[in-house]
Amino acid sequence: MLTISHLSVSVGTIPVVLDASLCVEQGKVTALMGPNGSGKSSLLNAVAGHPSYTINEGTIIFGQKDITSWTPDKRAREGMFLSIQNPHALPGISVNTLLRESFRALNPGVSMRECERRLSIALKLLHLEDAFLARSVNEGFSGGEKKRCEVLQLLVLQPKVILLDEIDSGLDVDALKDIGKALSDYMQRHPETALLLVTHYQNILEYLSPHVVHVLHEGKIVFTGDRTILPQIQKDGYDQFKSA
Amino acid sequence: MTNLKAHKSLFVAPKGLHRDVVIDLSRQKEEPEWMLEFRLKALEIFYQKPMPNWGVDLSGLMMDDIHYYVKPIKDVQRSWDDIPESIRKTFDALGIIDAEQKMLAGVGAQFESEVVYKSLQKEWKDLGVIFCSMDDAVKEHSELVKKYFATLIPAHDNKFAALNSAVWSGGSFVYVPVGVKVTMPLQAYFRIDQPRMGQFERTLIIAEPGSSVTYVEGCSAPVYRSNSLHSAVVEVIALKDSYVRYTTIQNWSQNVYNLVTKRAVAYRNAHVDWVDGNFGSKTTMKYPCIVLKEEGASGQVISIGVAGNGQHQDTGAKMIHLAPHTTSHIIAKSISKAGGNASYRGLVKVAKNAHDVKIRTQCDALLLDETARSDTYPTIDIKGERVSVEHEATVSNINEEQLFYLMARGFTAQEASALIVNSFLNVFVQELPMEYAVEINRLIAHEMEGSVG
Repeated sequence: MLTISHLSVSVGTIPVVLDASLCVEQGKVTALMGPNGSGKSSLLNAVAGHPSYTINEGTIIFGQKDITSWTPDKRAREGMFLSIQNPHALPGISVNTLLRESFRALNPGVSMRECERRLSIALKLLHLEDAFLARSVNEGFSGGEKKRCEVLQLLVLQPKVILLDEIDSGLDVDALKDIGKALSDYMQRHPETALLLVTHYQNILEYLSPHVVHVLHEGKIVFTGDRTILPQIQKDGYDQFKSA
Repeated sequence: MTNLKAHKSLFVAPKGLHRDVVIDLSRQKEEPEWMLEFRLKALEIFYQKPMPNWGVDLSGLMMDDIHYYVKPIKDVQRSWDDIPESIRKTFDALGIIDAEQKMLAGVGAQFESEVVYKSLQKEWKDLGVIFCSMDDAVKEHSELVKKYFATLIPAHDNKFAALNSAVWSGGSFVYVPVGVKVTMPLQAYFRIDQPRMGQFERTLIIAEPGSSVTYVEGCSAPVYRSNSLHSAVVEVIALKDSYVRYTTIQNWSQNVYNLVTKRAVAYRNAHVDWVDGNFGSKTTMKYPCIVLKEEGASGQVISIGVAGNGQHQDTGAKMIHLAPHTTSHIIAKSISKAGGNASYRGLVKVAKNAHDVKIRTQCDALLLDETARSDTYPTIDIKGERVSVEHEATVSNINEEQLFYLMARGFTAQEASALIVNSFLNVFVQELPMEYAVEINRLIAHEMEGSVG
């Protein structure tokens, strides 16, 4: 579904990702792990087309299309969804407006009734009240509300490739459970979806068991394997990959 | 630019402002003698007053290079090809149909439904409401006009008020009798006798005790004028227990100096709402003022200014509290981009005998890029006692992270910034009649084109 080949990324003159290659496949959960500052968020931002992240080398292929130089909105319309770690507030733009307008942009020709239907299911799943929809996006949201809002959008928009940057950070136990369950339920119901999950904790992985695990260190992918590596990461941290 | 020579029946005064021009103009209009006298006195004042030297740069305004009177006629007076490309593009972006475009550009017959207008006209007449052009009012409702005309904004108020007083033409006259509540907004747009906004129009609205009325003028489509000066005077008289809402949207072509004087007075327990949108023009100076003259009066001004490349919108509001228990609220929003300057200039004054007064002002500026500019000049002068003042001012800009977030949800760069701008203006747009709100949203989207890299 999404093939990233030999990607090198810089922010200004600082290299942040070096020669990274990985595949995100349909129906599978791919985990991208690594310590803080290892380049995980940079990789995700570059894949989604953030203008501050310059791709110096490599390609991003989505389906059959080379999207390396596409604008973020074009990638989104192709079916890519990025949830960044700390989404910015949009004062005056309600959650409702954002949902509806992006539904319209991403699902041309699909009736708004379908948007309503998905929305009412998603609200229940995430334990959100209708009043939440009237609030300005991310303005005065708690950490948990921000993440719930991201997952709410995902559930309504139903993208083909989902990129989640630390969707589990700053969550209390209940929020983690709601979000973890909602995501795993979604993946089961939509086996055509590909999910790339960035995390450095393992909390969320209790709900979403990864098929593939990549470890990023100083901008390079230093390990690729399956979920059997998780207990070892839990035990010894990321230092063990340094020499790899 | 304008193909005026093509029409021989058109009366065009020579360039520059002389006594003869004013006398000719008054005769053309077949005005009563008192109006001619008023005009000539105003002309003397205009000559004596210096140009304002504060706020904005008026050095490009060539006062001698202007036709001070062009008789409005309803026939085709210029060709569609004379209308600049940029304006035609905006018409298209606003989704305005051809016939209406031509009317707005002043090149064709008026577009509107005569039937709708006529039935409304009958309704108003039955209620005793007068809604006509100022020119007709001077002749047909002379006593009413005499009683209120230039009482709020006398000719000596400022140089441009004097100018307007000398050469005014067009504008609306609204009179609402005691206790009459007009439910449909009176739209200058629908007025069949004088559909287009003039260059020196003069509007007078009188709401008798206990009456209520909403008046709407202007439109979001650009108004193309080859002449470079627009200088209107608007007076609103809200008598005891009345309610007046004055809504104006203006989008002048970018060669226009828009220098207007607009003022309302609210008597005991009267309320005046002023909704004022400024787009286009080269330079705008506009500070709608509400004088809260008697106890219990209240007023609200909601204004927006949008300034792009080469534009300076110096707009704001004035609230003059002359009586106890009066309340005022100013909401001013400005958007600047591409080197444009949209500034707020406001004055809130509380007289010595005015106690228990509530004042709220709120100015928000949105800068769309690094070359955009916005300044705030609030003046608050309080002499009365027990006055509560809230003043809030914010400056924000559209940042890259907001744009990226929205683009990652499928919005193009342009749609994303239009969404941010529309939300910023929401408080203003909500106050507009539905069809205006829709047009404004489209206009904003159009203005955002090419403004985001």
